[in-house]
Amino acid sequence: MTATATFEKDRRDRGGPTRPVRHGSMSRDRKRALFWSYFFLILFVIFFLTPPIYMFITSLKSSTEIAGATNPWWVFDPTLANYEALLTSSEFLTFILNSAMVSVLVVSITMVVSVMAAFALSRMRFWGSATLATGIFLCYLIPETLLFIPLFKMFAVVNEFTGIQLLNKWYVLVLVYPTLTVPFCTWIMIGYFASIPKELDEAALIDGATYLQTLTKIFIPVALPGIIAATIFAFTVSWAQFLYPLAFTTSSDQLVLPVGIVTTLIKGDVYNWGQIMTGALIAAAPPLVIYAFLMDYYIAGLTAGATKG
Amino acid sequence: MSQVTLHKVVKNYDETPAVRGIDLDIADKEFVVLVGPSGCGKSTTLRMIAGLEDITDGEIVIGGDVVNDVPPKDRDIAMVFQNYALYPHMTVFENMSFGLRLKRVPKDEIRQRVESAARILDISELLDRKPKQLSGGQRQRVAMGRAIVRDPKVFLFDEPLSNLDAKLRVQMRTEIKKVHQKVRTTTVYVTHDQVEAMTLADRVVVMNAGLIEQVGTPNELYHHPRTRFVAGFIGSPAMNFVPCRLEEASGALRILLPGGHAFPVPAERTERYRRHAGSADLVFGLRPEHVTETHRNVEPNQEAFEVTLEVTEPMGMETLVYFQLDGAEVCGRVNPAAGAEAGQPMTLLADLNHMHLIDGTSGLVL
Amino acid sequence: MVDTATKSGAYAGAARPRSSLKRLMQRKSTIAFLLTLPLILIIASLVIYPAFYAVHLATLSKSMTKFVGFGNFTFLFKREVFWMVVQQSCIFAISAVVFKALIGFFVAHFIHAIPTKGQRKWRGMLLVPWVIPPAMSTLAWFWLFDPSYSAINWLLALFGIDPVPFLGNPYWARFSVILVNVWFGAPFFMIMYLAALKSVPEQLYEAAAIDGANWWQRLWYITLPMMRNIISITVMFSLIVTFANFDIVRVLTAGGPIDKTHVFATYAFLLGIQGGDIPLGAAVSLFMVPILGISAIFILRDVTKRGNEA
Repeated sequence: MTATATFEKDRRDRGGPTRPVRHGSMSRDRKRALFWSYFFLILFVIFFLTPPIYMFITSLKSSTEIAGATNPWWVFDPTLANYEALLTSSEFLTFILNSAMVSVLVVSITMVVSVMAAFALSRMRFWGSATLATGIFLCYLIPETLLFIPLFKMFAVVNEFTGIQLLNKWYVLVLVYPTLTVPFCTWIMIGYFASIPKELDEAALIDGATYLQTLTKIFIPVALPGIIAATIFAFTVSWAQFLYPLAFTTSSDQLVLPVGIVTTLIKGDVYNWGQIMTGALIAAAPPLVIYAFLMDYYIAGLTAGATKG
Repeated sequence: MSQVTLHKVVKNYDETPAVRGIDLDIADKEFVVLVGPSGCGKSTTLRMIAGLEDITDGEIVIGGDVVNDVPPKDRDIAMVFQNYALYPHMTVFENMSFGLRLKRVPKDEIRQRVESAARILDISELLDRKPKQLSGGQRQRVAMGRAIVRDPKVFLFDEPLSNLDAKLRVQMRTEIKKVHQKVRTTTVYVTHDQVEAMTLADRVVVMNAGLIEQVGTPNELYHHPRTRFVAGFIGSPAMNFVPCRLEEASGALRILLPGGHAFPVPAERTERYRRHAGSADLVFGLRPEHVTETHRNVEPNQEAFEVTLEVTEPMGMETLVYFQLDGAEVCGRVNPAAGAEAGQPMTLLADLNHMHLIDGTSGLVL
Repeated sequence: MVDTATKSGAYAGAARPRSSLKRLMQRKSTIAFLLTLPLILIIASLVIYPAFYAVHLATLSKSMTKFVGFGNFTFLFKREVFWMVVQQSCIFAISAVVFKALIGFFVAHFIHAIPTKGQRKWRGMLLVPWVIPPAMSTLAWFWLFDPSYSAINWLLALFGIDPVPFLGNPYWARFSVILVNVWFGAPFFMIMYLAALKSVPEQLYEAAAIDGANWWQRLWYITLPMMRNIISITVMFSLIVTFANFDIVRVLTAGGPIDKTHVFATYAFLLGIQGGDIPLGAAVSLFMVPILGISAIFILRDVTKRGNEA
């Protein structure tokens, strides 16, 4: 092997398939690796995006076209009738309103509770703080499917003894959703706060800031990316939650979007697929829009659990 | 009136002692540098003065008040941190004024004080920038500005220059000295760099293993170190140490090294050293600048000896030579023109007028 | 000396008149406790308490008036459906997680292999399944699998393949549930692996290349060991989520046909909420605890290990 060939091979190996392209002339291996990468990426994009795209296609179809059993992958007679029907239906608008109220309240509660707790846990060592941090993480691992039955019974008992009606009221969700959001948000905020140099709060302390001022004037602004990531997480979780509302709410004026779509748009055996897909798409829109605009924060929040802490 | 007094100050971290009872008086307007190797307790001491660490035992007095239980903000101190600790989301102006704003100082006064501090530090153009847009040296200035603005009784510096590159460090060192001359505030400065300590301090406090080894002016420490630790810590390259014996022969003393080299003790020190004659547990100390090439007019108490050089390091204005002397590595500083060459023999001259004799057990300079 | 001593006494005296409550409120540990109190209350009342309450409920009779001990559990052990639920839950969770992990791993590598400036776009598209609320995307799958209008069968017909009874036949229904699970969860693996891949220092690959390692050797000796921790955290986490999943089965098959796709969560919902037998439902859901507990211990171990490395 000549010296140049060795060099060529070396460069290729070193670059491997992981290197960004820097040279005009790529080796053949490299080109082939790139081709297959794109090939499989396209296949997976098709697999991953088919359901949402099919949702969109169906949402533009009239019931007659759906029943006509023509090519399902094409819209021959596009119409916005489904959107119009849903967005003028007071029932559906109630779902949207309920979802929005629940999510906004849950996000606010979550962020206040978890930012305060994360600040205390990351900066003020106190008796049991390490155990508490571990406990919070474990709570995040407890799925809602383990708790919905005892919670259901608990709320019934509360009603019995105090007369406070929780079941079948949308606000019961504001009460229970934080159990899904707070542990993880606290956990990632601990990670973000821990990455703030200790000297920064000492400087604030010397500057005369109280603990709460240190939190509001230093920690929250500095950890803003983490706050955004945690907020997105809390929102997507509370927006998408399905089991709790399905178990705890039944009257159609108390339902949130996902449950409302599944329970009211599917009436017995009658599936109005155009409207169902439109509803599903509308319900999927807020998280998708947030994702589209704040992708980096969204992903940071997603990976924070394992890469921080 | 802003003296700082430490009285028998002790700090333990879960039973591990970090500071083991130190006494220190810092005069008003004085610039004191705490210096020592990492883990010697110098930063802990500074942080106790700042109020960032609780005091296990003893008393700290600032400006006449015992401040043991006073929170940092009420101690009227300002601190400059190693990594600057600038608030990344605030502009330079906001950084410098944060403390004043928390104290609800009137806006006009804040602006005036920030601007005057900025003028002292020559950062008036940077007031609207964020820390991210600043260079290391500029950040350092802002951190100092934040301290100056508060017009405190005491400035505390915690290794403020160690994050800067060598050239900038020298420049900022001068800058800090100038600022101190302008604002004349009592200053406690912590560093592990003895050059920084020597150049900046009115008085240097050398610490080791949680205790103060010696307090003195830079020159006192250099020329009259009280312990082997101080002798070895101050000065670069460090002082040479060779274990030795002291022998008396016909009224004169001489140093006897284990390998047979002998050096006469200057006559004026005979009285001082006499009672150690015969003791085997002694260490002979001589700074590298007192191990030179031979020259024509050899003065009294200068003793020539021959060695084989192991390593030579040309520094430009001088050449450092390293060699073995009776089992110890010794460094000398010779004229570049003296023809020092690694592996070659060379005759060197030891200037015993500057020798030190150290008790091997107690580590005290005799 | 005497002077300072009196002054220190004077200071303490000056401090004392402040009310002890105010002093307590300024103590660091008091503040820390108050800051964590809301969190503790939420977790104690809505996570810990219900968890123990579930154990209590599981020992009651259907009307919840009398203590039956292990009665609900022995009743479940005798029912064939319950053992199907156990079996199906395990099959679904394990096979779905394996495929999620494999697909996620390969997709992450494909993304990592293409030029950096295009990676963001592909990553963005490939994470979409994870972003859509699972109940909503499962509706879309349900519609894709629809017996009479299945868009997938329409495509298969183009190739002359007979319609597949995706949700009608028990085996196909199980396949469909796993498929949707994989579709939903693989992007999460992809994003975690990608983060891990990016965190491997480039110098390691350069050093390995100089040592003469080929692509596979680099994968085996560098990439995998460096990612080991993230892989195991992600797998265990996904195992919990998949095992406890409710939305997908509930929307796609509601447990049918003939209970062949029920998992713990949907079965507990069916018995406890729809059937009104809360103790029995609680008993079913409690069966998830052992496997969740084991996974949680592994995750905790790996996460603390990562914490120590950092």
